[in-house]
Amino acid sequence: MSLARTESIEEIKTRNKDLIQEVLTVYPEKTAKRRAKHLNVHEAGKADCGVKSNLKSIPGVMTIRGCAYAGSKGVVWGPIKDMIHISHGPVGCGQYSWGSRRNYYAGTTGIDTFVTLQFTSDFQEKDIVFGGDKKLVKLIDELQELFPLNNGITIQSECPIGLIGDDIEAVSKAKSKEYGGKTIVPVRCEGFRGVSQSLGHHIANDAVRDWVFDRLTPEKSRFESTPYDVAIIGDYNIGGDAWSSRILLEEMGLRVIAQWSGDGSLAELEATPKAKLNILHCYRSMNYISRHMEEKFGIPWCEYNFFGPSKIAESLRKIAGYFDDSIKEGAERVIAKYQPLVDAVVAKYRPRLEGKTVMLFVGGLRPRHVIGAYEDLGMEVVGTGYEFGHNDDYQRTAQHYVKDGTLIYDDVNGYEFERFVEKMQPDLVGSGIKEKYVFQKMGVPFRQMHSWDYSGPYHGYDGFPIFARDMDMAINSPVWRKTKAPWKAALEPRLMAAE
Amino acid sequence: MAQNAEHVLDHVELFRGPEYQQMLANKKKMFENARDPAEVERIREWSKTPEYREKNFAREALTINPAKACQPLGAVFASVGFEGTLPFVHGSQGCVAYYRSHLSRHFKEPSSCVSSSMTEDAAVFGGLNNMTDGLANSYNMYKPKMIAVSTTCMAEVIGDDLNAFIKTSKEKGSVPQDFDVPFAHTPAFVGSHITGYDNALKGILEHFWDGKAGTAPKLERAPNEKINFIGGFDGYTVGNTREIKRIFDLMDVQYTILADNSDVFDTPTDGEFRMYDGGTTLEDAANAVHAKATISAQQWCTEKTLAFIAGHGQEVLAFNHPVGVSATDDLLMALARITGKEIPEALARERGRLVDAMADSSAHIHGKKFAIYGDPDLCYGLAAFLLELGAEPIHVLSTNGNKAWHDKMQALFASSPFGQNCHAYPGRDLWHMRSLLFTEPVDFLIGNTHGKYLERDTGTPLIRIGFPIFDRHHHHRSPLWGYQGGMNVLVKILDKIFDEIDRKTSVAGTDYSFDIIR
Repeated sequence: MSLARTESIEEIKTRNKDLIQEVLTVYPEKTAKRRAKHLNVHEAGKADCGVKSNLKSIPGVMTIRGCAYAGSKGVVWGPIKDMIHISHGPVGCGQYSWGSRRNYYAGTTGIDTFVTLQFTSDFQEKDIVFGGDKKLVKLIDELQELFPLNNGITIQSECPIGLIGDDIEAVSKAKSKEYGGKTIVPVRCEGFRGVSQSLGHHIANDAVRDWVFDRLTPEKSRFESTPYDVAIIGDYNIGGDAWSSRILLEEMGLRVIAQWSGDGSLAELEATPKAKLNILHCYRSMNYISRHMEEKFGIPWCEYNFFGPSKIAESLRKIAGYFDDSIKEGAERVIAKYQPLVDAVVAKYRPRLEGKTVMLFVGGLRPRHVIGAYEDLGMEVVGTGYEFGHNDDYQRTAQHYVKDGTLIYDDVNGYEFERFVEKMQPDLVGSGIKEKYVFQKMGVPFRQMHSWDYSGPYHGYDGFPIFARDMDMAINSPVWRKTKAPWKAALEPRLMAAE
Repeated sequence: MAQNAEHVLDHVELFRGPEYQQMLANKKKMFENARDPAEVERIREWSKTPEYREKNFAREALTINPAKACQPLGAVFASVGFEGTLPFVHGSQGCVAYYRSHLSRHFKEPSSCVSSSMTEDAAVFGGLNNMTDGLANSYNMYKPKMIAVSTTCMAEVIGDDLNAFIKTSKEKGSVPQDFDVPFAHTPAFVGSHITGYDNALKGILEHFWDGKAGTAPKLERAPNEKINFIGGFDGYTVGNTREIKRIFDLMDVQYTILADNSDVFDTPTDGEFRMYDGGTTLEDAANAVHAKATISAQQWCTEKTLAFIAGHGQEVLAFNHPVGVSATDDLLMALARITGKEIPEALARERGRLVDAMADSSAHIHGKKFAIYGDPDLCYGLAAFLLELGAEPIHVLSTNGNKAWHDKMQALFASSPFGQNCHAYPGRDLWHMRSLLFTEPVDFLIGNTHGKYLERDTGTPLIRIGFPIFDRHHHHRSPLWGYQGGMNVLVKILDKIFDEIDRKTSVAGTDYSFDIIR
C-alpha cells in the first residue's frame, strides 16, 4: 500500500508543498523562482491548477519536451498516410522520429502509403551555404517519379530552413502548379520555434487551413453528406486507438467521414468541412483547426474522452446530444452492449488494482484524460502534469479531473520528477520512454503513456480491457519483488513500504 | 464483439477480426480516395524492376530511409563514456529529446543529457545566455564531474562559438573556473553520428591533454606501458567493451578504455537510478596521453581522434569492428607486438573453438549470399567474417561510408574468391537496398531494426546486427568482437538459416526435409 493513503488530505497537502520547496532548493536563485511558478498542490474548487504553463524551458534542466518539428511531423502531419512528408534539413530529425510513434494505418507502404518511411533532404554543408530550395525542387521531382501514387507532399522544416531563409512556400506553389494543382504543403515547424511541441501543432493546423482548406475545389469533396457525418480529430491511432473509437461511433449510427490523423488520408482532411460535428480527442494539438472550421464552415466541435468506461459513456452521450433521438438511442445501445464487458473487466482487475496510486507526466491530453480510466479500476492519480499543456488544459484538469491535494508539475524536469516519485512512492508512473527506465531502475512499475509500450489500443470499450491488463501487468509483475537482493532488503525499510 | 476480459486481445489480434476488417474496408472505399488496387499492384511490381532501380539510383536530392543519424547523437554517446559526465547539447531542445529516446529505445536504459533550450530569441541574439544559465543549472542539479558540450545544427548555423561561450560562462560563475567543460562542434549537416563520436572524443582528449582551453599547462607525455582502447560508436558497447576488457586481462595488458560507456547503458534494477555509472575516470582520460599506443576498434569512427593522438607521439592503430577469426587474430597479435605480452593459451583455445564451430557449420553457410548495411566499420567487419565463412557478401551498403571505405571494401572483396561478385555502396540508403534486393536477390540480409521493412517487402530474412535494434531485446549485452563474439555472430546467422529451412519445409501433409537433425 502506498504511503499517500495513510495520510489525511491536509497531511498530503503539507507534504506535497514541502516537497516542492525541497526540490527548489537545488536550483540557482533565478531558476528556483522560475520553476516555483510551475509547481503546485491542487486546491479543490479552484478554476485551474495554479501553475504557469507554455513558457520556455530552462536551459540545462533536462526538460522532457520536444520541439515544433516533433509536434508537426510526429503528430499532425506525419500520420497522414497517403502523403509523403519530407523531413527537410539535416538527417537526424527524420531518423529519430522514423516509425517510432506507432500511428497504425492500413495500406501498401512505399507504394500508396508512406508513414513508416523516412524521406529527407539530408542537408549537407553546401545546402546550408547555398540554400536548399533548388534541392527541394529536384527532390519533389524525384518523389513524383519514384512514388507516383502519393496523394500529396508536405515539407516539414527543420531548424536550419528558417535560419538560412529558404523560401519553401515559393517552391511549394511552383511545384504544385507544375503538377496540376497537387497538394504540396510547406510547414514552418523549425524546432527552435516556440517552447515545445505545442507550437508545432498550431503551425501544422494553420498549414491545413492555408494549404488544404483554402484550396478546396468542388471536385475535391465530392461525396454525398448525411446528417450523421462526424470527423474524429486528434486521435493519432496509437496502437489502433482511432479504430477502437471509430467502431463505437459507427455502432451508434454516426458516419465517420474522416480520421485526423491516425490512418488518415488527404481525402479525409478535405472532406472534413462537410462534417456535421467535429469530435476532438486531443484538444491541445487540434483545437486550432476545429475552431477555424467552426468559424469558417459553421461546424460545431466537442471534446470527448474514450479512456475507461465512465468517460466513454459520458462522451458517447455528449456526442449523441448533438444529434437526433436515433443517435441518442444508438449511444445507449452501445453503452448497454458493452456493459457486460466493462463489468467483467472491472470484476477481474479492480481487486488487483484497488487503492493503487499513480503519477503521470505526459503530453497534451492524457495527464487528465486517463484519470477516469484509472478511477474506473479503483486507482488514484496523486500527481500529474503536462509536457506542453496550456492554461486551458490546466483549467480542464482542475474542473473535471483531479482531486484536492494532487501534486501538479508543469514541464517537470528529470530532477524534479525523480525526487517527487522517490518521496511519494506511487505504485505506478505513467510517462514516456525517456522516463521509463529511470523509474524502473528505482523499482517503480511504469507504463509508457505516449505509446502504450507497444501495446494498445487503450481507447474505447475494446481498449479498456487492454488498459486494465497492462496496468495490472505493470504493477503486479513479480519482477518488482526481486529488485532488492534478499540480503540487502532487510536493511532498507523504505522499500518495504513499497511492497 | 471480439474483446473479452478473460482473454484480452490487443492490436496484434484485435484488428484482424471481421468487424474491424469490415470497418477498415468501408473506410477505404468511402472516404480515402484510395488508389485502384490494380494500379497499386502494378506500381508495386514496377518498383521491383531494373528500370525502377535505375531511376532509384539516379536520385540526387532525395534520401529515403538513410542508415545514419546525425553528429550530436554520436557526441552524446561518446560523452557518457566518461565518469560522472553530463552531455550538454547547445541548441534547440527537441534534438536532445530525440537522442535520449533513440538511445533508450535501443539499450532499454535511461539516457541522460541536457539541452540549452535555444528558441527564437537565441536564433537572433545567439545562445550565450542559454549556455551561461544552462551550465549553472545542470552543474547545480545533476552534480556532474564534467559537462561535455556539443552542438546542434541550429547553433552551428547561427555560428555560436563554444570556446568563447564556455569561457565567458565560467567568468560569470556558471561553473567553477577549474571545472572540466570540454566541447566539440558537431553540426548535423556534416557527416553522421560517427563523425560526432569522433569530434566529441577528440574534444575531450584535447581538453585534458592540451591545457584545458588555456587554463592549465599542456601535458608533457611520459610514455608508459598502458594501451588505450576506443570502441567507437557501437550499439554492442555493453557486450563488446566487457569482452575487450576480459581479453586484455587475460593477456595481462594494462589498459584504459577511452569513452567506456558499457556500464551506463547496463545499470542494474535494484531500487536505485544511477544517472552516472562507470566510465573512464577523468584522471585516466588525462593520463591516456602517456600510453604506449591507442587501438581503435573502428577506423571511420575515430579518424580525427587517432590523428590527434598520433600527433602526441603515440602509435595508433585502427580495426574495422574486429569480427571473426582473422580480425581477432590481427587484434591479438597487434596487442602482443605492442605490449610484448604473449597471447595466452586460453585465447588460443577460444580461437580453436570458434574454428571448430565454423568447421561444424560451414556446410550450411558456404556459398550463401548476404546483403549487409550499417556503419562503415561494422559493414567491413561483418563482410570480412562472412568471407571467412565461405559466404558471399553481395551487397554491402553504408549511408555514411565514403570513397575510402568503398575502396577498402572492394579490396577486401578482391582478396577472396567469395568476394568476386560483391559490391560496396557508399552514400546509399535503404531504398537503394530495396532495389538491390529485388533485382539481385540474396539469401539473407544483415542490418538493424529498420531492415524489417526490407524483409517484408523483399522476403529476404533479416539477421539483426547493427544500431538501432528497437524490436528485439538485449542484443547489446552479447559481444560481436573477439573469438567469443565471433561465436555469437555465427550462432545468430545459423539460427536464421535453420529457421528459414524449417519455415520453408514446415508444410502440413509433407514430411520431407523438416528434419530434427541439421
